Amino acid sequence: MSQPSYLVDTGSRKGLMAWLTSTDHKRIGVLYLVSMVTFFFVGVGIGLLMRLMQLTPFQHLVTAQTYNALFTVHGVIMIFLFVIPGLPAVFGNFLLPILIGAKDVAFPRLNLASWYFFIAGAILAVTALFTGGGPPDTGWTFYAPFSIKSGTNVTLAVFGAFVLGFSSMLTGINFITTIHRLRAPGMTWFRMPLFSWSLYATSWIQLLATPILAITLVLVIFERLFGIGIFDPSKGGDPLLYQHLFWIYSHPAVYIMILPAMGAISEILPTFAQRPIFGYKAIAFSSMSIAGVGSLVWAHHMFTSGMSEFANMIFSLLTMIVAVPSAIKVFNWVSTLYKGSIDFQPPLFFALSFIFLFCIGGLTGVMQGALAINVHIHDTYFIVGHFHYVMFGGTGFAFFAALLHWFPKMFGRMYSKRAIYASWFPLFTGFNMLYFGMLLLGLMGMPRRYYVHLPQYHALHVVATVGSWLLALGLLMFFGSLLWAIFRGRKAEGNPWGGVTLEWTLPSPPIQENFEEIPTVTHGPYHFGKEEQG
Amino acid sequence: MSEHVHRDDFGSRLGMWLFLVTEMVLFGGLFIAYSYMRAKYPAEFHHAGMELNVPLGVINTLVLLTSSLTVVLSIVAIQRSEKARAMGLLGATLGLAAVFLVIKGFEWAAKFHHGLYPNSAHLATLPPGEQIFFGLYFTMTGLHGVHVLAGMGVLAWVLAMIAKNQVRADRYVHLENAGLYWHLVDVIWIFLLPLFYLAA
Repeated sequence: MSQPSYLVDTGSRKGLMAWLTSTDHKRIGVLYLVSMVTFFFVGVGIGLLMRLMQLTPFQHLVTAQTYNALFTVHGVIMIFLFVIPGLPAVFGNFLLPILIGAKDVAFPRLNLASWYFFIAGAILAVTALFTGGGPPDTGWTFYAPFSIKSGTNVTLAVFGAFVLGFSSMLTGINFITTIHRLRAPGMTWFRMPLFSWSLYATSWIQLLATPILAITLVLVIFERLFGIGIFDPSKGGDPLLYQHLFWIYSHPAVYIMILPAMGAISEILPTFAQRPIFGYKAIAFSSMSIAGVGSLVWAHHMFTSGMSEFANMIFSLLTMIVAVPSAIKVFNWVSTLYKGSIDFQPPLFFALSFIFLFCIGGLTGVMQGALAINVHIHDTYFIVGHFHYVMFGGTGFAFFAALLHWFPKMFGRMYSKRAIYASWFPLFTGFNMLYFGMLLLGLMGMPRRYYVHLPQYHALHVVATVGSWLLALGLLMFFGSLLWAIFRGRKAEGNPWGGVTLEWTLPSPPIQENFEEIPTVTHGPYHFGKEEQG
Repeated sequence: MSEHVHRDDFGSRLGMWLFLVTEMVLFGGLFIAYSYMRAKYPAEFHHAGMELNVPLGVINTLVLLTSSLTVVLSIVAIQRSEKARAMGLLGATLGLAAVFLVIKGFEWAAKFHHGLYPNSAHLATLPPGEQIFFGLYFTMTGLHGVHVLAGMGVLAWVLAMIAKNQVRADRYVHLENAGLYWHLVDVIWIFLLPLFYLAA
């Protein structure tokens, strides 16, 4: 190859500075990867500490107030710094231009600025832990009126989340413009790989939902600083308005988290089954309809808040409807494997784990959408368990699968497949002990956010805590073996998995501007030399 | 990194429009809050609205509309390579924006003088609906004021680019985008005027 790989510094700056000032979408993707995995492990550490607390029924190790801070900070870090940017920021940045045959995103400098917004927001959020009245203790949802009364450092933490929202919005603008303007000749909408479709849907949610969060957080800040009264019942305000505004963003946000994960799975399955994806258009449109319908279900978080019965029924119905496009995807994925020539490799292994865990997460979600059941399990560990099945078992495992799938492309190295398989066992076992334990605890009535528990919940809490240790062990083995591979792994070929989308036509790692010459696309994305598609 | 020679004015405008969508949704959240509260306290909103100075509000509307016109004329001028006129018109926009802020400042000062601001002792004696009205008034006009300041910053930056010939007859998408942003600031004000000043 005449041009050097993107990992080689060619400009006047070298080393770290060359990375921190690079507008190359691939380098920015790697910057996000490094920063997010770091935050992820901080979040894991806090999670482990909370599980350690629940090893006994009594208060020990930390105070009740610290426990409140722990679950708040765990949520803020994991949601705003890991799962929301998650796949779009890392794999979206790295792959989107390559997948559609472009040299970079539409606004490369804005892209780098988004990363700096991300880091600035993260620094603000972390600063909030150690300054002012101490770490926020409101839970990650910052519910009013407690969030406007709490003496802890809510203002700064909320401002951090506001800045992170900017990062998310700007990335969304960048991706939409990129997809509209920079597709290679012949790359029609229905020849785009499904990961690009999922990024397109996600970007629209980021664009339309994030500003609502931004303004809600600004109102909380104003409320705390100036006492404007909108969420304060003593001044005629209404806390329920806060909940509505918050969930108008935060429910679509869970689709920001899961859609790109589904997109990555839709890339992995056809590659390892060596056949075109089943129902390409159905999957593409289901992404868009999840984005659409998913924006109309927010109040299912508020069934017990005192809304009208009529509103409850409407939102319950809409919630059930969102399950349809999600199920369309699952059936299409499974059908893709049927009669495929399956090559069993680590990415497929994790992708199948994703489908299994996501089904549990999704079906428990439908349970919660039913009004009668919701009243019983509201604010219990069932909610916590469900959320972790979708977000960790879903997005998290898809993130791992995507990392395994594209790792050789990103770093030009191959990891030890045996080490990855070995990490899967503690990871998967620990995961299910921990979160299935939580589902059962919730059904038994264990409320969330309590720092102690009654004796009847003790046995399952012990199972869950032991599970958390296994889970952490699996994570360390997983990321340890990848880290080792970055430096010591054997060189990877350009196309180790036999993929047919554009990224696999490039060398590993790709050259600086991706393509020596912009390719002309003549067929659909999953053209395995057999059936013509799209 | 090598510089991209790639240039896509349509793409830049598309990006700007998408950004404007986010701004509209941002204020949309406030409009939701406003409509909910107004439906809850119609009489109080009517009464509190009488405190606002309608002539000043209308004058400010005219000032902002005129400033939008001068931006448009500035784009026309740059398309005709009339650099001095383009800069003059853009300068006029900046001047009008400053006039808007000064008038707004006087209005705010008068409200503070009367004790009509969040958390004031006087406001606390008024009915809850009126407290909310002024909470929303300061939040929404304040946030709009921040947008005016941001818009002025963007316009001043483009003005400097015109001076350096970086924005010219064959390359003026920066000015167009700054103008689009300025129109948005204008449009939001056009909604704020009836919602607050004409609420009575």
